[in-house]
Amino acid sequence: MSGPILSVANLSVSYGRVEAVRNVSLEIAEGSIVTVIGANGAGKTTLMNAIMGVLPSTGDITLDGKLLGRSLVEERVNTGLCLVPEKRELFSTMSVEDNLRLGAYRFGSGAVADGFRDVFARFPRLEERRRQEAGTLSGGERQMLAMGRALMSKPRLLMLDEPSLGLAPLIVKEIFHIVTDLSKAGVSILVVEQNARAALQVADHAYVMELGAFTMNGPAAALAADKGVIESYLGLGGGKHN
Amino acid sequence: MNGTIALFLAQDGIINGAIYALVGVTLVLVFAVTRVIFVPQGEFIAWAALTVAALEAGTVPGTAWLLLVLGIATAALEVVREGRRLTIRRVATMLGFDLALPAGLLLAVIWLAPLKLGLAFNAAMTLALLIPMGPLLYRLAFQPLADASVLVLLIASIGVHFALVGLGLVFFGAEGVRTTPLLSGTFPAGPLVVKWQSIGVLVVTVLVLIGLYAFFERTMMGKALRATAVNRLGARLVGIPVASTGRIAFALAAAIGAVSGILIGSLTTIYYDSGFLIGLKGFVAAIIAGLHSYPLTALAALLVGLLESYSAFFASAFKEVIVFSIILPVLIWRSLASGPHHDEDEEA
Amino acid sequence: MSARLKSWLPRVVAILAIAIFPLIPGVPEFWVTLAGYIGLSSLVAIGLVLLTGVGGMTSFGQAAFVGFGAYTSAVLTTKFGLSPWATLPFALLSTGLMALLIGVVTAKLSGHYLPLGTIAWGISFFYMFGNIEALGRYDGISGLPAFSIGGTSLISARAVFYPIWISVLIAVVLSENLLDSRMGRAVRALRGGSVAAESFGVDTARAKLVIFVYAALLAGLAGWLYAHVQRSVSPSPFGINAGIEYLLMAVLGGSGYVVGGVLGATIVTVLKDQLQNILPKLIGTGGNFESIVFGILMVAVLQLARQGLWPFILALLPRPADKTINASAPALSHRQAPDRGAPLLSVDKARKEFGGLVAVNDVSFTVKGGEIVGLIGPNGAGKSTLFNLLTGVLGATSGEVRYRGERIDGMPARDIAKQGIARTFQHVKLVASMSVLENVAIGAHLRTRPGVVSSMLRLDRGEEARMLAEAARQLQRVGLGEHLHKPAGSLALGQQRIAEIARALCLDPALLLLDEPAAGLRFNEKQQLAGLLSRLRADGMTILLVEHDMDFVMRLTDHIVVLVFGTKIAEGTPAAIATNPQVLEAYLGGVE
Repeated sequence: MSGPILSVANLSVSYGRVEAVRNVSLEIAEGSIVTVIGANGAGKTTLMNAIMGVLPSTGDITLDGKLLGRSLVEERVNTGLCLVPEKRELFSTMSVEDNLRLGAYRFGSGAVADGFRDVFARFPRLEERRRQEAGTLSGGERQMLAMGRALMSKPRLLMLDEPSLGLAPLIVKEIFHIVTDLSKAGVSILVVEQNARAALQVADHAYVMELGAFTMNGPAAALAADKGVIESYLGLGGGKHN
Repeated sequence: MNGTIALFLAQDGIINGAIYALVGVTLVLVFAVTRVIFVPQGEFIAWAALTVAALEAGTVPGTAWLLLVLGIATAALEVVREGRRLTIRRVATMLGFDLALPAGLLLAVIWLAPLKLGLAFNAAMTLALLIPMGPLLYRLAFQPLADASVLVLLIASIGVHFALVGLGLVFFGAEGVRTTPLLSGTFPAGPLVVKWQSIGVLVVTVLVLIGLYAFFERTMMGKALRATAVNRLGARLVGIPVASTGRIAFALAAAIGAVSGILIGSLTTIYYDSGFLIGLKGFVAAIIAGLHSYPLTALAALLVGLLESYSAFFASAFKEVIVFSIILPVLIWRSLASGPHHDEDEEA
Repeated sequence: MSARLKSWLPRVVAILAIAIFPLIPGVPEFWVTLAGYIGLSSLVAIGLVLLTGVGGMTSFGQAAFVGFGAYTSAVLTTKFGLSPWATLPFALLSTGLMALLIGVVTAKLSGHYLPLGTIAWGISFFYMFGNIEALGRYDGISGLPAFSIGGTSLISARAVFYPIWISVLIAVVLSENLLDSRMGRAVRALRGGSVAAESFGVDTARAKLVIFVYAALLAGLAGWLYAHVQRSVSPSPFGINAGIEYLLMAVLGGSGYVVGGVLGATIVTVLKDQLQNILPKLIGTGGNFESIVFGILMVAVLQLARQGLWPFILALLPRPADKTINASAPALSHRQAPDRGAPLLSVDKARKEFGGLVAVNDVSFTVKGGEIVGLIGPNGAGKSTLFNLLTGVLGATSGEVRYRGERIDGMPARDIAKQGIARTFQHVKLVASMSVLENVAIGAHLRTRPGVVSSMLRLDRGEEARMLAEAARQLQRVGLGEHLHKPAGSLALGQQRIAEIARALCLDPALLLLDEPAAGLRFNEKQQLAGLLSRLRADGMTILLVEHDMDFVMRLTDHIVVLVFGTKIAEGTPAAIATNPQVLEAYLGGVE
C-alpha cells in the first residue's frame, strides 16, 4: 500500500463560539476502510462535512498529497472525494435514473451509461426502480440510491455518514457487504457510525470520537476487543446480532 | 360588440397573453431553481424596450450605465463579503465579468449608438446589456439569502423591485417610448388585419417554451438546475456548482425578459415603471398554474391576456381590478383542492 | 421582584418620554406632525410584525386595509354626517370582513400564497378606490371632520398626537398579551410546522386567520385615525408601494418583536422625510427616489440582520424575568385512565394504497390499556404509513381504527387529539426559539379555553397559570425540571425527544404514540428513556411505539406487532417474537 489517500491534521470546526471539532488528526491508507465511532453529538458528522468542504474549518486536509485548502465542495468532488450524508439528500421529485445521472455530473453525459452498468450491477433493486421517483423509495432503497449516486462520480475516497441509520438489521448487513466489496475494488472508505458493532467488523482502522476530539485509535479488531469501547459503544449484549 | 371587434380583441389578448406567458414561465423557472418569486422580471422587459428606443434614437441607453453600476456594486460587495477567502481565479472572473464586460459594453455603445446600425444591432446590443444584469442581481441580492425561506426571498424580491423602479427613473427618466417593429407590415385574415409583429411574438414565445422544455428535460445542465431546486445540499455533494445554477437561472430570466421587451416595445408605450404591471400579470398566470407547470402557465397567461383585452373593452376603468381579482377565485379553488397540511418545513 | 421591576423600567421611561414629547417647549410643529405619522405607521407595522415574524406569513397589501378604514369613515362622515368617533366600529368591521374573506381563501395554502394574494388585492383596491365615482375617483374625498372632544376640534398636530399614540400603546399591550397566551403560543407554534400544532388540537388555519384579521384591524384603525388627522383621503397613500413600505418597517424594526414595529415605523418615516428632501436635489429632478434606498435597505436587512434591528436594542435592555410558575394553581381536569387490560385501540383490517402500491395490507391488532406495544418491521414495511393512519396524518383506504369503541380513522389530527391520543415525532418538532416550558404548554392547548379577546385583555391569567403549572409538572415528571426556561433549541437531541414526551403528556392522554423515540439516542440515553416509559406504564399510561432498535423494543414492551411489506406476519410477547422463525427469517435474514 502506498501513502495515505487522505490525511487530516489539526482540524477544528466551530459553530459560533462552540468548537464542535477540536484539533483532530486522521489518516486513511489507500484502499482501506476507516471508521470513526462515537456517541450522538460527538462531532462525527461535523468532521465529515468539514472534510467535504460543506463546513469551513481550520487545519490541513490533504487528499493524495494535495492540500485542499479552501476549495469548494464541487472542486473536492472533482478530485475524487464523495460524501453520502446522513440524511441521504436525494433529489426526491426526480427519477432514480436522473438521481444517478446527476451523480456523474463531473464527467458529463458521456460517463452516464458506463456508470449505470456499474451501479445497477451492485444494486439490482435500483435498476428495477429506475423510472420511479426517488421520494417514493423505502429507507433501504434510498440509502442504496445515495450510495449509487456517489459511485457514479467514481470516487477515490467515499465517505459514508451513518449508513445504517434507520435501517433494519438485514439491510444494514447488505449495506456493509457492499462497503466491503467497494473497498476490495480499490475505493478507500471513511465510515462514521453509531452502530459501532457493524462498523468495527468491516473496518481496518478505527477512531473513537468524544466531545469533538479523538480519544483513541487503533486497528478495528483491537478496539472491538477493548473493554472501554465495549462498555461505551457496543452495549450490553456485544455481538448479539450478526 | 360585433364579431369583428370580438376577433380584434381576441388578437390583442393573445398577443399580450404571449408576452405574459414569457413572464410567467420565467417566474416558474426562477422559482424552481432558486425558490425566488422574481417580482422584478417586469423591469427587464421595460428596460429592454427603453434600451431599444434609446439605440433607435442614436443615444446611449441608461442600461449601459446601470450595468456598470451593478457590476461595480457586485464586485465591491463580494470583496467585502468574501475578503480573504477570494481566490485569484475568482478575482480574475470578477474583474472580467463585473468590471471589464460592462465597461467594454459601455464604450462600445458610446461609439456605436450614434451610428444607428439598425434593428438587428439594437436587438443584439439590448440582449448583451441585459443578460449580464440577471446574474449580477442574483449575486447582489439573492445569493447571500440562498438558504432563506420562500417568504424571506419574496420579501427580498419586492425590495429589489422597489430599488430597480427607482433606478429606472434615474437612468431613463419618466418619459414613455415606443419602438419600431422588428417585423413591419400586415396581412389580412378574414375580417382582420394581422400585424406580422404579432405573429413574430407568437412564434418567439412558442420557440422559447420548446427551448426551455428541451433544456430541462434533455440536458445535464438543465437537470442539474432542477436538482439544485429540489435539494441544494444534495446538488453540492454531486459537484454541481450551486451558486452558478442560480446565476444561470437569472441569466435565462434576463434573456427572456430582454426578448419580451424587444417584442413588446413596438406594441405599446413603455415607461420606466411599466414592467411591474406586465410582470404581475405574468405572475397571476404563474400562480394560477401553481408556480410549477410551464404549459399550464402559458395557457393561464393567454387567459389573462384575453380577460384583460375584453375587460378593457367592457369596463376599461376596472381593467386592472378585474385582471388582479381573478387571482382570488383561483386561490379559493387551490385552497379547496388542497389538504389541511401544506406548509410543512416551509420555515427552516 | 426587583428583576420584574427592572424589566419594566425601560417601558415606563419610553411611555413618559412619548407623553411629554409634544409638550416640550421649542419642539417644532413639524416634528410633532412627523411623530403622529410615525404612530399611524406603527399601528400597521405592529400588525405586520405579528403576521410576518410570529405567524410566518406576510402581506404587501396592508395599505389597502388602511385605505378601507379611511374610506369607510370618510364616506360615513361626509355623506351620512356621522361623528368621526361613531365611525370606528364601521371602519373596523369593513376592514375585518375584507380581511376575513382574503384570509379564508389563503389561510390553508402555504406561506407564499398569502403575500401573493395581498399583492393582487393591494393593486385591485388601488384601482378600485381610484375609479369609483362615490369615492371621488383619484381625487378622493376631502373636507372630513376632525376629531373633537367636548366641542374642541383636535386639529393641530399636538392635539391629535395623543389619540394616535394612545392607540399605539393599546395596540402594543394587546399584541404582547396575545402573544403571551394560549392562542399566542398556537400562533408561534406555526413556525414549527402545522402538523405538530394540529396534533395538539390547534386549528392552524384558524390561528393564521385570527392573526391576519387582527393585523388588518390594526391597519383599519390606523386608516380611521389617518382620515380624520389628514381630513382628506385619496387612493395614492393606500397603494402597493405604501404596502411595501409598511412591510419594510416591520422587517427593519424586527419581525418577531411587537415594539420592533414601532422602531421600524420611526426609522422609515424619518428616513423617508429626509430622503425626499435630499435625493431630488442630488439627482436633479423630482420622483420617488427614496424607493431605491428603501429597496436596498430591505434586502440588506434580510441579508445582514434577519431578525431586524430590535434585537440589538433588546440586548442592551435588562433581560425579561423568567415566567413565574404558580405551583399551587389548581390542576387541570384529568381524564379517567382506561382499565388495565381492556382493549383501548383496535385496528381492524387497516389498508392504505398509494396508486397501485399497497403500503399497509389489511393489518389488524389491538392495544390494551396499560400496555406498551411495539410496532417493528424492516424498513419499508409500512410502519410509518400505519402510524400516520393512526394519527390522522393520512386517511385509510379501507378498514377501521377504533379508540375506546369509537371510529377515529379519517378523523383529522386535531380531533384525534381531542380523544386523548398524543404523539411525538420522529424528527423533533419543537419551536427552537421558544422556551421549553412554553413548547410543552402547547400540549395543554385543548384542556383550557381562553380565546383571543380574553387573552388580550388578560382575563385568562387563572387558566394560563394552570397551563404553565401543568407544563412544569410534566417536565419535572420526565426529568427536565431544570430546563424550563431555556430555548428548546438549546437542548441536546435526546432531551428534545423527552421534551416532546412531556408535551404529549400535557394533553393528558390515555394513549401515547411514539414515533421512533430512541432513534439517534446514545446508549445511556436509551436506558433513561426506557426507564421513563416504564414509569409511565406503571402510572397507567398506554403506549404504542414504532421503533427500530430491537434491544430497546424487546426489553421494554409487553406486546410486539411485526410488519413486513405492509403485512402483519406475527404478533406476541417479546419472547415469542424473538424465537418466531418467520420473524427471524424476514427480519434478521435467517438464523446464523
